[in-house]
Amino acid sequence: MGDLISLTAAETAEKVASGEVSAVEVAQAHLDRIGAVDGKLKAFLHVDTEGALEAAKAVDAHRAAGDQLGPLAGVPLAMKDVVVTKGLPTTSGSKILQGWIPPYDATISKRVKDAGIVMLGKTNMDEFAMGSSTENSAYGPTANPWDLSRIPGGSSGGSSAAVAGFEAPLSIGTDTGGSIRQPAAVTGIVGHKPTYGAVSRYGLIAFSSSLDQAGPFGRTVLDTALLHEVIAGHDPCDSTSIPQPVAPVVAAARDGARGDLAGVRVGVVRELQGEGYQAGVLAAFEAAVAKLRELGAQIVEVSCPHFEYALPAYYLIAPSECSSNLARFDSVRYGMRVGDDGVNSLEDVMSLTREAGFGPEVKRRIIIGTYALSSGYYDAYYGQAQKVRTLIVRDFTAAFEQADVLVSPTSPFVAFGLGERVADPMAMYINDLCTLPASLAGTPAISVPCGLSEGLPVGLQIMAPALADDRCYRVAAAFEAATDRLVPPAEVLA
Amino acid sequence: MAVSDEELDTFAGQLDVILSAVARVAEVAAADIPPTSHAVAMTNVFRPDEVRPSLPREDVLACAPAVEDFKFRVPRILAEEA
Repeated sequence: MGDLISLTAAETAEKVASGEVSAVEVAQAHLDRIGAVDGKLKAFLHVDTEGALEAAKAVDAHRAAGDQLGPLAGVPLAMKDVVVTKGLPTTSGSKILQGWIPPYDATISKRVKDAGIVMLGKTNMDEFAMGSSTENSAYGPTANPWDLSRIPGGSSGGSSAAVAGFEAPLSIGTDTGGSIRQPAAVTGIVGHKPTYGAVSRYGLIAFSSSLDQAGPFGRTVLDTALLHEVIAGHDPCDSTSIPQPVAPVVAAARDGARGDLAGVRVGVVRELQGEGYQAGVLAAFEAAVAKLRELGAQIVEVSCPHFEYALPAYYLIAPSECSSNLARFDSVRYGMRVGDDGVNSLEDVMSLTREAGFGPEVKRRIIIGTYALSSGYYDAYYGQAQKVRTLIVRDFTAAFEQADVLVSPTSPFVAFGLGERVADPMAMYINDLCTLPASLAGTPAISVPCGLSEGLPVGLQIMAPALADDRCYRVAAAFEAATDRLVPPAEVLA
Repeated sequence: MAVSDEELDTFAGQLDVILSAVARVAEVAAADIPPTSHAVAMTNVFRPDEVRPSLPREDVLACAPAVEDFKFRVPRILAEEA
């Protein structure tokens, strides 16, 4: 493995800034790696070789001119295909958007480019971010760099596989019910879902608007924090964007890396363990809690009785909101059009286009959501689910009176085999068991690697109160400093 | 959205299972509980009313499945007269 691809983002940025390597060399090394392994991994839907080298050249030119470079200038990044990128194909993993070239940039895309980060391309995902395995992508699944016969998690599975497989040191994902944290856990990397409203949703192709939140992936907590600070911050183009300063996550990651958690109260959530969890996952989790105690943290047990309703509430809210959001795919202004033969009416064409353009999971959710929002059912389903959300928020509030952060396994399972769960939607939904409460409450949560079970990575989830993203990073960095870094077996992608 | 007969067969059973699983939200007594939709409650969000250029017309129309005379072309909307 070449030296340049195994560096952290922080190390790469330092070497580029000092002139030890050029941004073009760094970009080329990663493009070469993608060329060598992506045939097996299939993390990327589109690789932008020309654009990446051009962006890298611009960074080198700025350096040569003596300009001040940003903290991640010259570092390559993989972008989830749900994020709109001007002039670059954006499909959201769906056939209905095949061939669409967006005429504008998402706020995240713009911030990444303005920071001198080099975008290598767009990564695979479950169609419209609905799934936990990338198997719902219209373009085929991505493989896990630890074992090519297993899932890389989802929906941001292309982004997690790209970082775990050393195709990029950083990537962007989105998390609606766990789509950053679960992929990070099953590929052995770090992934953070920020407080809802911390990162702009302008230019994210909407799935469930009250839950969708973009966030960073990295191989280290510090890298993840550095990317967080680039993409977070108020944006007038998103009315749910929080008009407050970004939590000091980089400082928290540096502070945590000293490995001292004295005075930090860590709450173990009673309801997020036990039956239904793999024994190896629970063993790794218990060892992680013991490690946190060794680092000086005070461990308390907390109870969140309404968390058991998170799964049913989520699988009403997300489908309801998606059934409304996906109405925009009407074959008029962009995307696919089917059946326009001069005889079919507009309504026929819309109906045929949506039948041909959407995959089965998207259709299931549109049907469920339309039903749950329909007159006579709204109060019993969507309305009731939004109330359950309040009860989950209250559980969190009570728990955070006893603890500064809460911990749980990120996923009840290690990466399962490709094809194992596609025929059973409920078996797929259960992947989100531990990640859903923070999604519904809008609170921040990070997944950090915490060892192996059956030779596959396990994730530790660290949750904090709204706007206290820095607590997640501080505890994650302390834990990371006290544990061995996980690296996939080299022979898998040799 | 049209659904094929084959899909209908697969979905019918699956949707039943999903609906009975999500219906569990009804078990929670929540009559007096207000709904939640954001971690940090915000109301009346405005941004400055500034004139900004629109996207160029050609760029937007370039994305469309069918265009005529610089406009989106759509199939007929009204049924033909009998």
